[in-house]
Amino acid sequence: MPKYSLFVNGKTLQAEADADTPLLWVLRDHLNLVGTKFGCGVAQCGACTVHMNDVPLRSCSLPISAVGLNKIVTIEGLSEKGDHPLQKAWEELDVAQCGYCQAGQIMAAAALLKKIPNPTDKDIDDNISNICRCGTQVRIRKAIHVAAKKQVK
Amino acid sequence: MKQELTRRNFLRVSAITGGGMMLSLSFLNNTANAETVADTAFSPNVYIKIGTDGSIVIMAPNPEIGQGVKTSLPMIVAEELCVDWKKVTVELAPLQAGFGRQTAGGSGSVRGRFTDLRKAGATAREMLVAAAAQTWNVPVAECMAEDGVVTHKSSGKKLAYGDLAAKAATLEVPKNPTLKETKDFKFLGTRVKDVDAYKIVTGQPLYGIDTRKEGMMYAMVARPPAYGKTLGSVDDTAALKVNGVKQVVKLKNSVAVVATSTWAAKKGREALVIQWEAKEKLENSAEHFAAFKEMIEKGTNPSRTDGDWEAAKQKASKFLDVTYELPTLSHGQMEPLNFYANVQDGKAELFGPTQVPDSVRKQVAEQLKIAEDKITISSPRQGGGFGRKLMTDNGVEAALISAAAKCPVQVQWTREDDMQNDFYRPAEMYRYRAALTADKLLAWHQSGVGIGRAIRGDSYVAGAIENYKAEGQGLKSNTPTGWWRAPGANTLAFVAESFMDEVCSELKVDPVAYRLQLFEAAKQKPVGKLDYNPDKYKSVVELVAKMSNWGTKTPGVFRGFATWFSFNTYVAQVVDIKLEKGKPKIVKVYCAVNCGRVINLSGAENQIQGAVVDGICHAMFPKVTFVNGAVVEKNFYSYSMLKIKDAPLDVVVQFVPSEEAPTGLGEPALPPIAAALSSAIFAATGKRIRKMPFAEQLV
Ligand code: FES
Ligand code: FES
Repeated sequence: MPKYSLFVNGKTLQAEADADTPLLWVLRDHLNLVGTKFGCGVAQCGACTVHMNDVPLRSCSLPISAVGLNKIVTIEGLSEKGDHPLQKAWEELDVAQCGYCQAGQIMAAAALLKKIPNPTDKDIDDNISNICRCGTQVRIRKAIHVAAKKQVK
Repeated sequence: MKQELTRRNFLRVSAITGGGMMLSLSFLNNTANAETVADTAFSPNVYIKIGTDGSIVIMAPNPEIGQGVKTSLPMIVAEELCVDWKKVTVELAPLQAGFGRQTAGGSGSVRGRFTDLRKAGATAREMLVAAAAQTWNVPVAECMAEDGVVTHKSSGKKLAYGDLAAKAATLEVPKNPTLKETKDFKFLGTRVKDVDAYKIVTGQPLYGIDTRKEGMMYAMVARPPAYGKTLGSVDDTAALKVNGVKQVVKLKNSVAVVATSTWAAKKGREALVIQWEAKEKLENSAEHFAAFKEMIEKGTNPSRTDGDWEAAKQKASKFLDVTYELPTLSHGQMEPLNFYANVQDGKAELFGPTQVPDSVRKQVAEQLKIAEDKITISSPRQGGGFGRKLMTDNGVEAALISAAAKCPVQVQWTREDDMQNDFYRPAEMYRYRAALTADKLLAWHQSGVGIGRAIRGDSYVAGAIENYKAEGQGLKSNTPTGWWRAPGANTLAFVAESFMDEVCSELKVDPVAYRLQLFEAAKQKPVGKLDYNPDKYKSVVELVAKMSNWGTKTPGVFRGFATWFSFNTYVAQVVDIKLEKGKPKIVKVYCAVNCGRVINLSGAENQIQGAVVDGICHAMFPKVTFVNGAVVEKNFYSYSMLKIKDAPLDVVVQFVPSEEAPTGLGEPALPPIAAALSSAIFAATGKRIRKMPFAEQLV
């Protein structure tokens, strides 16, 4: 199997995997970063969202051979102590129910805040399309607004 | 929990063991978890472990599937135990005798356990107080417990639970501990965030899919591609050549590929060459609906008859006769099914998502001929349940594969696997008829057909009107059905409440006022058996009317109302929509709930908000279609789910204040929302939607 070097959460890591292995499974099975979740495998649900060069990426749909040394950030690397404004807002508003989709939701929201620091409801609608069967969308929206305010402070 | 050599530790260990060996053990294992024997000085029942270092562990006995019981159940114990929640560690209990019914289903976890958990907490508290009283040689009545400390009221002397643990452990366990007066509750009813909130937002391993164990292999399974097909010949030559594939294991009606990674297992599965044989009829959704229609035309013996429908028809000046259709649905919980199993040497270790660990264990025992006491099973936090994991197939399958492959395996399903191998919310069709005069509803006739089970007929409006008739029939099918969030209610509330709105329009009455009138009638003069409490129904209808300022009009905003009762909980909802380019946009939902006492205000509100959004999602978007036994919608690109743009901007929730024991919360807010939404769409557009998914009707 070919060997790849990846730049994940500020570190260069090695993985040996078939060229077509999606980044998602490399993270989960080879690098033991299981915070990034599998929901559909076809770029529809967003559970596997990570950042590549600060842009949201559905990691189930990018093969390892195409990742190169682009900067990858996963939920584990979003902040050092779990204190990104979004993580704090998520806790404060008790957003999660089952919690399974939330890493992807937070990563999608974090990418949005990088692009638009103080998003409107319309910005949220246009940029976040993750699925949550538990129906936490109302709290997600509120938490994004709360986090945006925290960032300003 | 880190252990340090403290005076307390030393005392504790001595007290438990008489010193010596346990002491040195606790040094050696200085990174051991809180639940190790040496840590627990006092455990008067299975729910509570208190260490002499002051550590407090409370066990959550039921599976956590997103309904919040890992937080709310231990809260009940903590209230009676009088501890500082911040110092409590919560653990999910494995399946173990003493924990009672360890099932997640029927919105029953809190409902069924409230009193027992209170007793568990009160028992420990009483023993700790007694231990303090003995230590000080004062009467128990002079001592009180609060925040994990017992205080002697007059002298002000204090002892922490940790310091009392060893002594408390020597006392007799009281049979009938005194429960707190409910008016003295300090903690229950407050807002408490999920105990795993931090772990969730930092992506820590919490779920079955995250299981990584020594020597574990990854497996994927090729199952029949259609209902009615069974396993024929298998050629695994190519599969075994795939990088990382270790074994191919044939089961009764499926083939498992065991590999060193999930991806390798998946590629191996794709390389299998399997002949699937059609042994039974390959069914189609279109035929299901055609059969429904025929069966409804034909009719059947009513399951309930009040008064005389035929006679009432003679007096009517108007009839309504309409038909509603609801599609098959998949569970679509976000964590695709998986399970870890290690079957070796006549023993089995099972770990994974299930709502019914007990049934999984039973079936594994049966199928592998292993004694139940040689099987351990526990569940991590689960990425949704919604009834899917009331079925045991994922756990049993993993055990069979591990036994055959002779290694520990994690079986991982893909979304496509979940879609094709579900126990679906059955498709249903309802015909509703009403006989009316200009200002009165004389008679109501409900007739329903669904795949599998027949539909009940005792919900309101039964009991509130003179003439009522309900019929239900089930269609035999080889497409499997099961329990799906608020089973039965999730469809019945839509059709019955939508039809009620049609009746209200016909009679030109206010839908809220009319419901109140019906519930008053049911209360004053119930007709036949009454399956609900009219006062509780009124409590939520009145509350939601107040919350939403029902009766006032905002330009451009259209409203719908519905109410339903399920799992002993009453819910009433008002939904406000706008039209954007002719399409409904949901602005806000008001929801009043009467569920007895609320345990965790944040969790309870979250459940209600989630159920509302979930109900909107499934009213609007997805459906499962069978063609020749295969599901057409193979993944979320065609099985459409709600996105944040489709969700209401706000869901305002209020609970009717209640001193009664808690009732169900995970499900009851889902059933009525579809009817409230369809009524709002009617108010906005004049179009009645009688078929789900709504989105297809709105184009
Ligand atoms: S798993 Fe990647 S989008 Fe669903
Ligand atoms: S919190 Fe359960 S899927 Fe989003």
